[in-house]
Amino acid sequence: MDPRTDHFSLFGLNRAFRLVLSDLDSRYRDIQAQVHPDRFANASDAERRLSMQWATHANEAYQTLKKPLERAKYLLHLAGHDIQAENNTAMPTDFLMEQMEWREAVMEARGGGDHHELERLHNRLRGDINGRYDELGQLIDDSSDLALATDCVRRLMFLEKLLYEIDDALASLEE
Amino acid sequence: MALFQIAEPGESAAPHEHKLAIGIDLGTTNSLVATVRSGISICLSDEQGRPLLPSVVRYHADNSTEVGYDAQTKQAVDPKNTVVSVKRFMGRGLKDISHVESMPYDFVEAPGMVKVKTIAGIKSPVEVSAEILKSLKLRAETALGGDLVGAVITVPAYFDDAQRQATKDAARLAGLNVLRLLNEPTAAAIAYGLDNAAEGVYAVYDLGGGTFDISVLKLTKGVFEVMSTGGDSALGGDDFDHRIFCWVIEQAKLQPLSPEDGRLLMMRCREAKEFLTNNPEAPITARLSTGEVLDLKLDVATFASITQTLISKTLQPVKKALRDAGLRAEDIKGVVMVGGATRMPQVQKAVGDFFRQEPLTNLDPDKVVALGAATQANLLVGNKTGKDDWLLLDVIPLSLGLETMGGLTEKVIPRNSTIPTARAQEFTTFKDGQTAMAIHVVQGERELVSDCRSLARFELRGIPPMVAGAARIRVTFQVDADGLLSVAAREQTTGVESSVTVKPSYGLSDDEIAGMLKDSMEHAKDDAINRALKEAIVEGKRMIEATEAAMKEDPHLLNEAETAKIKATIAKLADTMTGDNRRLINIAMDDLGFETQAFAHRRMDQSIKKVLSGRNVDDIKMGEDA
Repeated sequence: MDPRTDHFSLFGLNRAFRLVLSDLDSRYRDIQAQVHPDRFANASDAERRLSMQWATHANEAYQTLKKPLERAKYLLHLAGHDIQAENNTAMPTDFLMEQMEWREAVMEARGGGDHHELERLHNRLRGDINGRYDELGQLIDDSSDLALATDCVRRLMFLEKLLYEIDDALASLEE
Repeated sequence: MALFQIAEPGESAAPHEHKLAIGIDLGTTNSLVATVRSGISICLSDEQGRPLLPSVVRYHADNSTEVGYDAQTKQAVDPKNTVVSVKRFMGRGLKDISHVESMPYDFVEAPGMVKVKTIAGIKSPVEVSAEILKSLKLRAETALGGDLVGAVITVPAYFDDAQRQATKDAARLAGLNVLRLLNEPTAAAIAYGLDNAAEGVYAVYDLGGGTFDISVLKLTKGVFEVMSTGGDSALGGDDFDHRIFCWVIEQAKLQPLSPEDGRLLMMRCREAKEFLTNNPEAPITARLSTGEVLDLKLDVATFASITQTLISKTLQPVKKALRDAGLRAEDIKGVVMVGGATRMPQVQKAVGDFFRQEPLTNLDPDKVVALGAATQANLLVGNKTGKDDWLLLDVIPLSLGLETMGGLTEKVIPRNSTIPTARAQEFTTFKDGQTAMAIHVVQGERELVSDCRSLARFELRGIPPMVAGAARIRVTFQVDADGLLSVAAREQTTGVESSVTVKPSYGLSDDEIAGMLKDSMEHAKDDAINRALKEAIVEGKRMIEATEAAMKEDPHLLNEAETAKIKATIAKLADTMTGDNRRLINIAMDDLGFETQAFAHRRMDQSIKKVLSGRNVDDIKMGEDA
């Protein structure tokens, strides 16, 4: 098998954004059950080396497909659409303004030790993010509008980072 | 005592097929060896029926050693030459070790890892650990009556790369074929999960003699998946002893003690700790060399209050592990308690309060890790019956990264990544015409390099001169299934490849291992060359067996010419093994490895195709066999 086979094929899944996570989980486990180094602990050196490469590849493929943002980025990459992650300057001003407001709210809640407010921000943002993933499903799987999907992914990269910061603030309050 | 039914009665592997494999729990305080016999995992005992081997090694002037109970009883008489809790020194420098002041040893600082000066010379923790492993190996060989195919050695889940590498080196030095380094809480989970047919998310709270681990695992039909792990590789039962020790010194207003008295008092403190598990009050009495007589009583409440901070210290990693797994305490179906130190009532109470449930203590906390390791070893050597099978997916405990400008860490592989895993990162030159680049690999979560553990430094040379920023240096991290890292770097723009693979600096080189093996064998009046020859023959046998088994399983993957070629290469290898030239055996093994490469690829392809069969396989393009 060609190790450059795409991640969806590796798990026998359709190349689509919408996916049933439990299918991915069980197929990942089926593959690992075949290729994992524990299956080759007492095999020849060649087989042990191959097994490590395949198991590493399966882990990477699984991690990529499991997280919706990574999965979307990967689909766009397969379709030849560059996310231009380095080039954030092209984001629209209103979106960036909104981001700054969010950030200020998080910093204020964190500074004031306001656990409740952070939880509220988390839930609000989570809802926003989930809505955008639904939209992404339509853009990629239904209308194949990959330019809009790319824009959506770039916004989600900001939002996921923000969510991470809120969770980080919540965690530091708990300690 | 846990029993694991892995084979239906009458269905167990035929005796001639059964390969001898063991699991070793190399503990801070005690070590154990276990094996699977007639489908049941059991700990192997010494002649006196004792399963535990105290992890204590005493050196004599003639370089001979006493290991275990004999050494333990001498520790207060000969403290400088009797090494206890050596696991705390594995892969550690002097500055990493706590309570050095209350230890009797003459430490010698050495690059990467501290050493101890004994009457038999300077000993590294790797050598001391190897003595413990040798003793367990001998016990197993005697009990099982044959050569061991391999061993699974357990390590704390929170052990970093340096500590893991040191453990593996110790096993090699003891002449063991290491099938896998297995994380202790994972080993316990295997034992517990198989025994109880458990399903769901479990936490394993493992407080040993010198290390603390917490692992969160998801158990689903035949899969043990570690979701997150955390811990403190320098926190354990020893620290509780030390708290009592400090309390005694304060209560009795003692002056600084001699090494002998210090060790004696520490032993009394440990006895008191153990006594308090089942009693409200423990006496602490000792006659010191100064003539002073100690006579104190420690009650449960005082013990709990002087160790309160240690227990809170274990709950921090518990919270972090839950967070990393994206779970809350109430999501945990059961908490498995592992390690002798979890017998302390205040530990059980704190864990029970935190998870709001009674912790599971139905397995012997001293034995469960060794039993799980033996079960895994049995699986790894292929002694399975086909019916009972499971898959283990473990993680690395600490992030791996590189030093970047300004002494900052750039994470390359985040903690809790499922292993094996690999990640590549690109870097560039910052000066015109720069032809070399220093690469510094670190492990840890902190932002500053100085707060992380330094694993390796190496230099990539021979970069073609270019303007600043034009070179593209790709650094690849690979973590294998033992959790061990290797790093390779390559410059890619010009097609000129400079590639370096490093073994982290604290690890022993093959030459050093060979040297140590030779030393230890000269002492045993064994013939080092014969021993090495014997090892090559064992390895050759293993290789022939593996190849023949593969050919028997998949004859259709080879054409006639290939089959003939491999058979001829096997015959050649077998022939060299009847002689006494180790070099010829190694060459023949390399040949066989080369001849079977394409076959190995095809077998792997076939396995993967098997999984995908019946699914949508239209998109899958089969590559040509290499």
